[in-house]
Amino acid sequence: MRHKTFFWFILPSLAAMILFIALPLVSVVLQSLHIEHEQVIVVTENCGPFGCTKESSVDTEATAQLRAEQPLGRFAGLSTYFDRGHLATAEISEAWRTRDGFGDFLSELYNLPFYKALAFTLTYTFLVTPLVIVLGLLIALGVNRLPSLLKGPTIFVSLLPMIITPLIGSLILFWMIDAQGVIGKTLQWMFDDPELSLKASPALTWITLMVYGVWSSAPFAFVVFYAGLQTVNTDSLEAAMIDGATRWQQIRYVVIPHLMPLVVFISLIQLMDNFRVFEPIVGFSAQANATSLSYIIYADMRSDLTRFNSAAATSVLTVIGVAILLTPVLLRTWRDFKGKAV
Amino acid sequence: MSSALNRSSRSAVIFSSAFVLLWVAVASFPFIWTLWGSFKVQGDFFSKADWRNALWGTRTLIETGATFTGAGYDGAWIQEEFWRAAINTLIVVFFTVIISLTFGTLGGYALARSGRKYAFWLLMIALVFRAMPHITLVSGYLLPFFEWNLWGHLPTSIIVLVAINQPFTLWMLHSFFLNIPKDLDESAKVDGCTQFQAFRHVIIPVMWPGVITTGLFSFLLAYNDFAVTSMLLSEENRTMVPAIAGFLGSTLEEGNVMFAVAAVVSATAPLFVLVMFFQRQIVSGLTAGAVKG
Repeated sequence: MRHKTFFWFILPSLAAMILFIALPLVSVVLQSLHIEHEQVIVVTENCGPFGCTKESSVDTEATAQLRAEQPLGRFAGLSTYFDRGHLATAEISEAWRTRDGFGDFLSELYNLPFYKALAFTLTYTFLVTPLVIVLGLLIALGVNRLPSLLKGPTIFVSLLPMIITPLIGSLILFWMIDAQGVIGKTLQWMFDDPELSLKASPALTWITLMVYGVWSSAPFAFVVFYAGLQTVNTDSLEAAMIDGATRWQQIRYVVIPHLMPLVVFISLIQLMDNFRVFEPIVGFSAQANATSLSYIIYADMRSDLTRFNSAAATSVLTVIGVAILLTPVLLRTWRDFKGKAV
Repeated sequence: MSSALNRSSRSAVIFSSAFVLLWVAVASFPFIWTLWGSFKVQGDFFSKADWRNALWGTRTLIETGATFTGAGYDGAWIQEEFWRAAINTLIVVFFTVIISLTFGTLGGYALARSGRKYAFWLLMIALVFRAMPHITLVSGYLLPFFEWNLWGHLPTSIIVLVAINQPFTLWMLHSFFLNIPKDLDESAKVDGCTQFQAFRHVIIPVMWPGVITTGLFSFLLAYNDFAVTSMLLSEENRTMVPAIAGFLGSTLEEGNVMFAVAAVVSATAPLFVLVMFFQRQIVSGLTAGAVKG
């Protein structure tokens, strides 16, 4: 295909991506380097019979005008990145100097909003992803052995947790785990503790969110694995059976190696999707006990006083996180591509 | 020997069937429960006394005189005007899907037929864009959109959703067009067609299965979105998902939680229908990317 033809074909798509994905990233970086203008202070001198007093007051009009003229604010360099709401370098070195052992330092760290969000985001990403793969594989192996009449309806039901709107799915579960909801009541009865509430403690909230994450993503892994199982070479399975391999050995040495490329694919997609975990925290109203990077950006923009610079700085840090997460994949693909070219 | 093998495989069958049964229950129970409960009053759906009240509608009978009530739906759709949100969702989803597919087919076709280095790099960049959390992009839009008075309108959300959708659409349609033999459009070009004419007369008639599959996923992305629509739409232009989130903020008074439950069930219904009719396309779409590796 000629360069010119290629260009015209790709133009609409490329323009949309540059305007609404690439430029917003630039805008985020710019916003993160600026901070809102300070209020304009005017000093007036009142002279009375007992001498003169200086009085400073906020000039609201001038402040509003200045802020309207330069909505981006004044240049602040990297200061937003290092303040208490983000990397909090000063607080960390302070906590390190006055630490009472390593555990104490970690709990100090956990009190800083950015690190609290980072801790949950990473835990969520690296626990939910493997659990989704294991559960998806088990379901796929199970469904594969069903009589073909039952396969269609089973797949239909299995798809539901995945296609449901994340916010709606988490709301549905949130209502059920409520202390007066059906699962909440059942748990109280099982543990014989009428005060038990999944919303109260941070640990239980984390577990709830991760259970939701596995529930909503397992269908994706299941469907991919299920399709992979249809292409397993039956000859090698039969050969393994003749050689006396047990069912488990067949799975371990024939099926799983065959599915390995799919594991890589699912991990990649799941790492990307789990790293931006956001809607479940809104749906479960879990922000007191668990926040994610996406959530604190949302909270900054939602608050009465929108802190664009703070949201933008967190966004930049999140994008850096995504880049780190993707580096191994990109390097591998690049090597493959170069290998093919040579 | 052979009987031992049979026995072990029978227990394996029982175990795997039980596991699948358990999964089916876990996957479907929340939906069935919420659908059933949406026709009850709050005193039954969140039962202080006994969870079985939700099954029989004990309090519903006392409060409304029947075991089923449409009060939640009435409150959500008529009193809280959920139908406005439904219409907005319809507009946003329809235009997002149409525009995404138009841009995506052209771009995906070009990427599949180019084979040059820059096409590969474009795909890699699209993969990186695919990984961007949507909310980080939204924090980039918000200030400029306020300044240029673009904030709050449906077309703004539509074009933003189209852009966010592009990386995925490009990947999917690119791998789909790779499966259409190159000879098809090559021979049309030999016969004197330009590239665009070849695309128009030879490729478009055979591309519909892939386009429909991709369209389903564009639909899901636009329909399920919360980050973009909740931040970029004004109150009167809200779509269903942010509207439901809005219900929760304003429904602390007794009974109104049921509005949100009814709205949730209403918003889930189209997704059910979608899976029912397009199950095969969804499954094949999910695996298309995977099999390619």
